[in-house]
Amino acid sequence: MTIRELIPVLDARVLCGDDKLDQEVKTACGSDLMSDVLAFVKDKTVLITGLTNVHVMRTAEMLDIHCVVFARGKVPSEEILEEARELGIVVLATEHTTYTACGLMYVAGIRGTNERSGAHA
Amino acid sequence: MSLLTNTYDVHKGEFETAGDASASIKRKLKQLGVDSAVLRRVAVASYEAELNLIIHSLGGQLTMEMNPEHIVLISKDVGPGIADIDKAMQEGFSTASEEARVLGFGAGMGLPNMRRNADGFAIESQPGIGTTIQMEFRLK
Repeated sequence: MTIRELIPVLDARVLCGDDKLDQEVKTACGSDLMSDVLAFVKDKTVLITGLTNVHVMRTAEMLDIHCVVFARGKVPSEEILEEARELGIVVLATEHTTYTACGLMYVAGIRGTNERSGAHA
Repeated sequence: MSLLTNTYDVHKGEFETAGDASASIKRKLKQLGVDSAVLRRVAVASYEAELNLIIHSLGGQLTMEMNPEHIVLISKDVGPGIADIDKAMQEGFSTASEEARVLGFGAGMGLPNMRRNADGFAIESQPGIGTTIQMEFRLK
């Protein structure tokens, strides 16, 4: 699945990264806890979160997360979107809660990862 | 001998700039053509170390060294030191402040995540003196 195909699944709108929607989505992670995101995320991951601070983008940068979905109608500040643009991260927003957004993606075939990331996963 | 050494000062409580050092390290290594999977492990470990310096230490330095075989990350702080390292290495054990938790950190995953991402991991700490963590990542 591509990020573009994910948009109708989540009833999402694109906040930035219009030109990067054809990237593949392999897996997803739903969390407001960046500590956990840092421990579990793998390649080509979509992050679904309700946390709207700049550390979300920093965490995404470290992990090569290419798409962040802000759930339950939260809209990040322009500062955060500017950071996302600089980093080339696609940002989507959905009215669905994190739980529902994760469920919709799961039904659409996107699986999560239970494996830890890292050298000794 | 190191081909490249970069050292960054990391200050206690400076959440605003958290990640600056790690982002700089990641960008430099990317320019040098480091494999993306290795690069991600270095970036995660570096970010965890940087966050720990901000959340827990009285201040310190993050150093990245690169030679043809390895990338080495060293986190060295000036205290307060860790009383029980075994406990600190347990997932979920955390002494992080409310401020850190509100930002999405301080879940007690940092040290174990650093160890998991690095090919080599060593930690030394002395209460009242400080903590040094050395991590090694094989390039080949």
